[in-house]
Amino acid sequence: MKFGVLRFPGTCDEVDAQLACERVGEAVILWHGDRDLQGVDAVVVPGGFSYGDYLRVGAIARFAPIMESVVEYAHAGGIVLGICNGFQVLCEAGLLPGALLPNTSLRFVCRQVDLVVERAGTRFTNTCAEGERLSIPAKHTTGCWYAPPALHERVEANGQVLLRYAPGENFNGSLADVAGVCNEAGNVFGLMPHPEHAVDPLTGSVDGLKLFQSIANHVGAHVGA
Amino acid sequence: MSAPEAMTAAPPPHRALGLTDAEYELIVGKLGREPNAVELSMFSLMWSEHCAYKHSKKLLGQLPTEGPYLLLGPGENAGAVDVGDGLAIAFKVESHNHPSAVEPFQGAATGVGGILRDVFAVGARPIAVLDSLRFGELDSARSRYLLEHAVGGIGHYGNSIGVPTIGGELYFEGPYEQNCLVNAMALGIAEHDRLIRSAAAGPGNVLILFGALTGRDGIGGASVLASAELGDADADKRPTVQIGDPFAEKKLMECSLELLDRELLVSLQDLGAAGLTSSSSEMASKGGLGLDIHVDRVPLREPGMEPFEIMVSESQERMLCVVEPARVDDVLAVCAKWETTATAIGEVTDSGRLRVLSGGDVVGDMPVEALVDDCPLYDLAPEKPSAPIYPAPRRTLDTDDPAAILPALLRSANIADRRPVFEQYDCVVQSRTVRRPDDADAAVLLLPESAGERPAIAISIDGSGRRVACDPYRGTVEAVLECAANLACVGAEPLGLTNCLNFGNPEKPHIAWQLSESVRGMADACRALDVPVVGGNVSLYNEGPEGPIYPTPVVGMVGRLPEAARAGRLGFAQEGDAIAFAGPFKPSLPGSELAKLRGEPLPDGLPEVDVAAVRKTQETVRDAVRRGELGSAHDVAEGGLAVALAECCIGGGHGAQVDFRGADGERLREVLFGEGAGGFVVSGPRPALAALAREIQLTFVGVVGAAEGALELSLDGDATLAWPLAELRAARARGLADALDG
Amino acid sequence: MSQRYRVLVRPKAGILDPQGQAVERALPALGFKGVENVHVGRLIELDVADAAHLPDMCQKLLVNPLIEDYEILEAEPHPAS
Repeated sequence: MKFGVLRFPGTCDEVDAQLACERVGEAVILWHGDRDLQGVDAVVVPGGFSYGDYLRVGAIARFAPIMESVVEYAHAGGIVLGICNGFQVLCEAGLLPGALLPNTSLRFVCRQVDLVVERAGTRFTNTCAEGERLSIPAKHTTGCWYAPPALHERVEANGQVLLRYAPGENFNGSLADVAGVCNEAGNVFGLMPHPEHAVDPLTGSVDGLKLFQSIANHVGAHVGA
Repeated sequence: MSAPEAMTAAPPPHRALGLTDAEYELIVGKLGREPNAVELSMFSLMWSEHCAYKHSKKLLGQLPTEGPYLLLGPGENAGAVDVGDGLAIAFKVESHNHPSAVEPFQGAATGVGGILRDVFAVGARPIAVLDSLRFGELDSARSRYLLEHAVGGIGHYGNSIGVPTIGGELYFEGPYEQNCLVNAMALGIAEHDRLIRSAAAGPGNVLILFGALTGRDGIGGASVLASAELGDADADKRPTVQIGDPFAEKKLMECSLELLDRELLVSLQDLGAAGLTSSSSEMASKGGLGLDIHVDRVPLREPGMEPFEIMVSESQERMLCVVEPARVDDVLAVCAKWETTATAIGEVTDSGRLRVLSGGDVVGDMPVEALVDDCPLYDLAPEKPSAPIYPAPRRTLDTDDPAAILPALLRSANIADRRPVFEQYDCVVQSRTVRRPDDADAAVLLLPESAGERPAIAISIDGSGRRVACDPYRGTVEAVLECAANLACVGAEPLGLTNCLNFGNPEKPHIAWQLSESVRGMADACRALDVPVVGGNVSLYNEGPEGPIYPTPVVGMVGRLPEAARAGRLGFAQEGDAIAFAGPFKPSLPGSELAKLRGEPLPDGLPEVDVAAVRKTQETVRDAVRRGELGSAHDVAEGGLAVALAECCIGGGHGAQVDFRGADGERLREVLFGEGAGGFVVSGPRPALAALAREIQLTFVGVVGAAEGALELSLDGDATLAWPLAELRAARARGLADALDG
Repeated sequence: MSQRYRVLVRPKAGILDPQGQAVERALPALGFKGVENVHVGRLIELDVADAAHLPDMCQKLLVNPLIEDYEILEAEPHPAS
């Protein structure tokens, strides 16, 4: 199982993501200027402030050469996980529905939050049970997920919401408490909280490891697919 | 090349630049002629208080700077200590007080940027930031404004660059109203043999400037030298505020670390206060060499900048390095990869002189020694003030009832929950954080795994203002002891200390007295604890028409603990654990937070402290934490024992029953809320605490109670004081939250 | 021959605009009454050789059409040109 973790100028959590991935497989860093995805089994678009969040969060990163390859890879069914800034980049790239707006408090908030698994058994949640609570840190200024009403309806109806903030935990104002959402085909997933920061009992909870293990399970069961 | 032209203007502007007539004459003597505009501006910066430490250097010589773990001492961009396994932690604290008072967001942000650069300039990857902030009272709109924007600036810079802000301190006192304090501390990690010095070496080597473009940031006072008449309409050409760009610094940092990793550099220096002038002259001075700088090669952000402007510009996010000619292309290639502008702007020479050239003309030519080493150092004329300097704090508490006093203290600005502030900081990036803010008395960060163990470092930043105003010597000793106590509570042994001395105008005898006594206290306390000073910073002249700030030494300490899994916590761990007070703690009300809320004048002097007994207690608590024997350990600080107990209950989510019999009236208030050094609240299995009592002063006082219960104190005659945890938690949560949302 | 334009970007109607709301709350606190419907957006100014490309630039990079509206206006030449 080989993960590819992207690195743009301004990315901050790529090494953390790589360390998390290495607990369930191998992980390489993929430079924004290259196009070669090095045959990875899953791509992780990590958190941080790519390109200084200039213009709009994720707006410039989506045009990086590596992202052209990621878009192709996603259209061909490849697994893509976007975390925080990565989620923002994937929305800008049109690979995930909706957009991320500034937190209603207009402040950066770093807080351990409880998430509820809305849908288990997917590529990203096959290690979880429906309704299970995951404790994972969130840290961002622009994490309020939004979609226009018709789009939101479709997203809910298709079961694309995989994670929601538990009651009382939604500090950014996300519509319908959506914390993580996937595309229609289910191979691309984005979430604002940081599972890579919940993998080591010494630094917090280990609930985040479940998402990485889930991807490894899926790839392991579909070798050659 | 033409010789530099002497200035011919009538009244010399050296006074406007802050140089005395005597200093000016010294400069003339060293040059053998009058300085020109470029040279005068450079001398005025290098001989300023900020760069030359002319009123503090003699005092600072008292501080101990040797220790078994010391790798880099004062004088380099940052100090460094050995943390085992061939690893070093580089760290330093610096002030950015005056810029933050003008523009708190950018002032605090660029303060963080500057201290981060100091850390990666020695070759260490930044792994943490802590900040010490002091503002006027919270009921002042200005203080709330400064608080909100300084916190915003620190968060903006630290979060964007991917360095966690893991700790800090925050205080509100009247004397900081006009002169706020923003002290930023940073730490970095490096392998010993990768630590790099800043001394320029190798005549013939190339000087490369890389990072952001150079503009007119921070030129301020030096603009009096502009050859063009600058009227009011040109005010926007002279921004005095530096604007920070964390994205630029992130690229600069990765670029610098890669250059060091690939061993492409001879030396490295960051550009901070006084820009190219101080960086280049310090590099040359440490190497005992000279430098030629071609200002016309410096890439500019604005057209038409004069040579003196280029030399004094404080544009952020720039570094200087010395490179062997054969490696220049490789260096430029790495910079290009990181989208970082890089330009060869000069050469190392063996002339011992700093020469500034523009288009083939020498526009400045000074001996390096004159710039860096020959600034006169002044003796202070300290005199203990005969009358109080500071007004009594304003009374805000009208009750003497301990039942009401505890919630009032928990709600007070200096004690209340700092969550609304620290939640604005990313404390988890880089995956090292074992103890986050509020988990324990010190932050704890993982070191790389070593022989099956997970060692860690602990960091705390602690300063004191009001109590140092009461007694500069003993107040400073207390501050150093408190920092070490915080490290002990997580199980860490201190390895080194960095300090920032924030004081008023040292030319005034009473301020000189505060400064001398404080440094004496710091030196004695460091020696008593065997903790060397690895570096630091001095910020003077923090005063205005309303008076000086409280004398405020701020101390940052780094320590090591062998096993992260056993890092201590401050919250009570489980029901049934015994609770004890440990240490030679003698609670005293004068100078305490309660005394402040009551509007009492500052006492003249603080009680003596048995430093040896405090040290012994710290070591004993530390060792017990390391053995995993304690459920919790918490240093007693503001608000005394009652507040410490409340914090242990709230932190652990458990109530407690504690015995306070044997005192009533004012004596009871003294025991509950009095302050001083050397007090710890510890909890754990009774036999473990009993074992500690054989080595240190320890008194069993109670038992950890049921979850979400109450804090109950038994008093004389079957009386009790009790507060539900929910009430204490609510009081503590309101203090800052109200101010930040209002 | 370059011509200077400004692109005004604003949040789409109906989208939550916390920045606009924060400004709308802050103005009365400073004594300014009767202020409503505040929205905070972004200004992009640029010299372009061919204005026909502007809408495309907006759609592709300058604006996120899901959450933002924009208008293109002519502007005074840049001081440096």
